[in-house]
Amino acid sequence: MPRTLFQKIWDNHIVHAEEDRQTILYIDLQLVHEVTSPQAFEGLRLTGRQVRRPERTVATADHNVPTTDRSLPILDQISKQQIDTLRQNCQEFGIKYYDLGDPLQGIVHVIGPELGYTQPGMTIVCGDSHTSTHGAFGALAFGIGTSEVEHVLATQTLLQNKAKTLELRVDGQLRPGVTAKDLILYLIGQITTDGGTGYCVEYTGEAIRALTMENRMTVCNMSIEAGARAGMIAPDETTYEYLRGRTFAPQDFDAAIQRWQQLPSDEGAAYDKSLTYDAADIAPQVTWGTNPGLVVSVDASVPKPTDYTDPTEQKTAANALQYMGLKGGEQITDLRLDRVFIGSCTNARIEDLRAAAEVAKGRQVSDHISAMVVPGSGQVKLQAEAEGLDRIFKEAGFDWREAGCSMCLAMNPDKLAPGERCASTSNRNFEGRQGKGGRTHLVSPAMAAAAAIAGHFVDIREWS
Amino acid sequence: MKSFTTHTGLVVAMDRANVDTDQIIPKQFLKRIERTGFGEFLFWDWARLDDGSPNPEFELNRPEATGASVLLARRNFGCGSSREHAPWALEDYGFLVVIAPSFADIFYNNCFKNGMLPIKLAEVVVDGLFANATKHAGYELTADLDTCTLSDNYGFRVSIEVDSFRRNCLLNGLDDIGQTLEHEAKISAFEAAVGSGTT
Repeated sequence: MPRTLFQKIWDNHIVHAEEDRQTILYIDLQLVHEVTSPQAFEGLRLTGRQVRRPERTVATADHNVPTTDRSLPILDQISKQQIDTLRQNCQEFGIKYYDLGDPLQGIVHVIGPELGYTQPGMTIVCGDSHTSTHGAFGALAFGIGTSEVEHVLATQTLLQNKAKTLELRVDGQLRPGVTAKDLILYLIGQITTDGGTGYCVEYTGEAIRALTMENRMTVCNMSIEAGARAGMIAPDETTYEYLRGRTFAPQDFDAAIQRWQQLPSDEGAAYDKSLTYDAADIAPQVTWGTNPGLVVSVDASVPKPTDYTDPTEQKTAANALQYMGLKGGEQITDLRLDRVFIGSCTNARIEDLRAAAEVAKGRQVSDHISAMVVPGSGQVKLQAEAEGLDRIFKEAGFDWREAGCSMCLAMNPDKLAPGERCASTSNRNFEGRQGKGGRTHLVSPAMAAAAAIAGHFVDIREWS
Repeated sequence: MKSFTTHTGLVVAMDRANVDTDQIIPKQFLKRIERTGFGEFLFWDWARLDDGSPNPEFELNRPEATGASVLLARRNFGCGSSREHAPWALEDYGFLVVIAPSFADIFYNNCFKNGMLPIKLAEVVVDGLFANATKHAGYELTADLDTCTLSDNYGFRVSIEVDSFRRNCLLNGLDDIGQTLEHEAKISAFEAAVGSGTT
């Protein structure tokens, strides 16, 4: 019987399955960070358990780290304690840890792929919902809670109910100026913020196949913003070429490719649900509300509650408008901004920074805007500096920072002040996400850079 | 793991959809390395005014919500971040049951790991419960996991769906890790079979 990519990976990892029980699924790789792991390690200590496969576990600190000068001590003592705790836990349990001073440190979902840990066909988990990023390689990757982090540490397996499959097919080609970020924001807008709940999404179609690996990661990263358990894209030559030569890529690479070539969904494999879109319909996207599904094209205006028929949606829209300081009906391009954030596990890879730098080159950030660029990893930062992107950003008036999650979730000192309006390349526009009272609009890196220069949103298709 | 069999408690209604885990427990409280003590920070940005004092308008701060242990919510409750701090905060505050038309996947799963029962009901049924909570002062609901029912004192009674494995774990307070390790031989056999190349 023809099988989907998801079904094949699922089948390949069943340790134990029986009626009326969750399946015990083997986990190939667990990524660990400082915020969702301390209680899991403490659980191991309390029960006298060990980490079953430390070599299948990789840790770094990213959520809580300052992005300013790393030679200075961390001022927030509680943050420091959390990072120190991760370091100690990794030492105690024999886990590879990329520390703050390590040039390979970075956002966990950036360094996993760039070091070659992330590979097609794997099951990958992390105590972080954006673990879906790794699905770009044709892996089954998803976020878990801390109790499950402990379960995987102790057993290298996870108890799972099988998700349903949802195919999101995007035919045709993206128009000039339209990016992977716009594509995924558009899809979330179409299926809404909980349209993927209960499903594992597979992205297919010509527009998806044409994406680079980094763009595919942007797409899969935001699967969770549609509620999906995971998002994945079948591996192909693009995937193999990205992985070839990476530090932890398989040594017998050709044999690995032969295995990976078996993974893509078979002709005629059935999904529980399939939806098809046309890439040509997608314009640059800007979110206007307080969940990523509340999004419109840059050339549109902010909706009004009366544009919705469902009473719950009307109320959601009214609350969102109030929080965002909007009335509804404003043109997106008229929205004046205070801050711009280019970073996060969604959009802080080298291609993202190149796209933003191309827009910023030779221009100046608007007088009333404070803009920052936070590379996704130490390696991305070094690469950007080797290409001179840091100079472009700095000359234009952007802050150039050290790697970390930064103002995507504002756990560290990088945050919005109440009422500040921000164009952000991150993944969540929830209330207070970037700082209490802060107003977040999600956009692509090029749109964020253009907004920084213009001082308001602009249609990147008209940028010259 | 904590067990859950039956619970009767005061209902508080939160008439908002897509309540995300960033609202349930904002990030500034995720720096702690303990598993307990998150209750006082529950819904912090909604529950507190700028000076840190309680916001009297917030649902949970109203006098009639004091002692509530059943949270009635709208669709897609618990969306966003995977942080288990969200159910830790709800449980620490006193909530043992959360009722909504739908839940985000990770949050739903995390509840079961902490002795809490998330109950999915059809939207029309949830609408009815919102109406009941408005109509009856001190409105209480009883969630019985043994009989898989949810009921009140005014004739409302529906069956609730919980998958049998999770139900069994919750009823008996079973330790997931301990249960999985009963299959340790199978894990070892799996590892031996795939060797280093699991992909």
